[in-house]
Amino acid sequence: MSTKANDLVQCEACNPVEQFLRVDRIPHIWCPGCGIGTTVNCFTRALIDSKVDLDNLVVVSGIGCTGRVAGYVNLDSFHTTHGRAIPFATGLKLANPKLNVIVYSGDGDLSAIGGNHLIHAARRNINLKVICVNNLIYGMTGGQTAPTTPDHIITSTSPYGTFDPNFNLPHLVEAAGAVYVARWTTFHVRQLAKSIQEAFAKQGFSFIEIISPCPTLYQRRNKMGDGLAAMKYYKEVSKVKNGCPTSEVGLTKAGEIIVGKFVDRDRPDYLELMRAQMHESLGDRYVESWDREGEECECHS
Amino acid sequence: MHADPAGVLTGVHFIDGDHACCEGCLAAGARFASGYPITPSTEVVERFASRIPTVGGVFIQMEDELAASITMQGAVWAGAKGFTVTSGPGFSLMMEHIGYAAMTETPCVFFDVQRGGPSTGLPTLPAQADMMQARWGSHGDYMIIAVCPNSPQECFDLTIKAFNFAERYRVPVMVMLDEVVGHMTEKVVIPEPDKIEIEPRRHTKLPPGEYKLYGTNGDMVPDMVHAGEGYRFHVTGLTHDERGYPNMTPKVQDSLIRRLKDKVTRAYDDVVLFDEQDTADADVVVVCYGITSRVAQRAIDMAHAKGLKVGKFRIITAWPFPERQIRALADKVKAFVVPELNLGQMVYEVERCAAGKARTVHVPHAGGSVHKPEDILKAIEEAIR
Repeated sequence: MSTKANDLVQCEACNPVEQFLRVDRIPHIWCPGCGIGTTVNCFTRALIDSKVDLDNLVVVSGIGCTGRVAGYVNLDSFHTTHGRAIPFATGLKLANPKLNVIVYSGDGDLSAIGGNHLIHAARRNINLKVICVNNLIYGMTGGQTAPTTPDHIITSTSPYGTFDPNFNLPHLVEAAGAVYVARWTTFHVRQLAKSIQEAFAKQGFSFIEIISPCPTLYQRRNKMGDGLAAMKYYKEVSKVKNGCPTSEVGLTKAGEIIVGKFVDRDRPDYLELMRAQMHESLGDRYVESWDREGEECECHS
Repeated sequence: MHADPAGVLTGVHFIDGDHACCEGCLAAGARFASGYPITPSTEVVERFASRIPTVGGVFIQMEDELAASITMQGAVWAGAKGFTVTSGPGFSLMMEHIGYAAMTETPCVFFDVQRGGPSTGLPTLPAQADMMQARWGSHGDYMIIAVCPNSPQECFDLTIKAFNFAERYRVPVMVMLDEVVGHMTEKVVIPEPDKIEIEPRRHTKLPPGEYKLYGTNGDMVPDMVHAGEGYRFHVTGLTHDERGYPNMTPKVQDSLIRRLKDKVTRAYDDVVLFDEQDTADADVVVVCYGITSRVAQRAIDMAHAKGLKVGKFRIITAWPFPERQIRALADKVKAFVVPELNLGQMVYEVERCAAGKARTVHVPHAGGSVHKPEDILKAIEEAIR
């Protein structure tokens, strides 16, 4: 049994996104002007255009505003613990390599509490597609400083402005070994959808950072306007630089946002490396890590 | 069903408790382990890393215990039987995912080879001081099953039971060794595969559309599905309804949390294992578990030689606590003597169940070695007076 996204697009009048959502869970929790919904739109567009098998697609989220994505997509989905989406996804992928595993989470979840898992999964080159919605702040808990918050930003835990240096996530994951690294903002919806499609086709650890507004906590406290103001700002200051060295794409409070595809390279993923090493050491004695190919599910056709 | 022969090393072996646990995992059908090295538990996954490529499965060494304790849960939802192994400091880090496994009803097994604590404590020396942590360590209300082997043979046997309990009741199950049992080498007999009963995954027979992720059929334990089967299910650590959807109301919280606890406590007769000897006409019963039960046996033999009426109640399943048996004994005996390698953990359960009907005498030991049998004998003699 397999279901392709475009099999489901039935009529022009339908909202093409609806088929991918648990509509019985709407309204969602996201604030007006929040960018997370836009990223989900782009994600579903990528599902339609890439024709990936939806039955093998799994979405794994951590905790936080973006962590709620798993609960709204009508796919096999896991809302895990804070920061641990990547190791959970690693277990799914290694136990059933046929699964197409998407990690969909926020900057705080992935790079603070989950930072260790992020770099190690990139190092191992686990074949996961990580979609990181970076709103530069902790949204769910009320607007605290994140490792991604630029300098001189007012947050609830930095009432006099941030001063601890922030992470440049594309640079971090490239250094750790990711094979595909891109960044877009929620203004760049077409480029983002295309980038997600490209990541689906990559074999290995892929990372897409999406700069996304938090009007309620980040914008408001810093007098940056509403969601629309964020779109205008992204349009104005974003500069597309495909192939730009990731060391040059750090983010500041009001400076330019370099977007584009920064890294697209190939190296063997974890399962390939494991199989090669085991074959080399054990020869015929190696029993391939289980292959569910042909294994019949007892329950339904 | 019977064990998959691929994982069963049938024969008579001379191995330690850690290695016996690994063979138990393989015989029970575990094909996935994620671990992080920590003494004195690492031998379990070292052996697994060596054995699994020729059996068919995966071992991955993770970056920390937080990762190790949830990677294997991802593997379980992909269809594997999974486990992780640790000792005190790592067990503390794994608490988060014991809670996640309890909340999401992920069948899996945690091994804790106990060493002295708190903190880094005594990395290579024994203790039994994680017993309450096993029961209560993650936040919130939930119930787990924990078993305490006292020999390498029992490490093998109870590991298989642990996996079977995990699958039957969809709970995380703890196998609580101590350093001595983990590193003690003895004879271990591994039976033929068709002599080993294995509990299969409770996979639903319902098709997508009719199936509810946490729908129960009267026995409180929901049937399971795996990722990639077309069910489009959602798993969350948030309080959730039968569909698995977040629903954070006091009503849903009440029914979910009570069910998570009740599904295990209702299985008392199946899961509570114990070994009771000479209790029929005993004045004093020594309640003990793990390595301390073997030290206590020596003290009991010495007491018998002196003509004292002393029985033994060995806790095999620590959680749920064998409270029915202890309550029944409390009606008959003068006192319980409870030696353990901590300054007071399971003794409080004994005292609670004795409910003032029998005296409870603790024989504490801070860990680092085992009791002197004479110290336990002394407590027996004082209790019997």
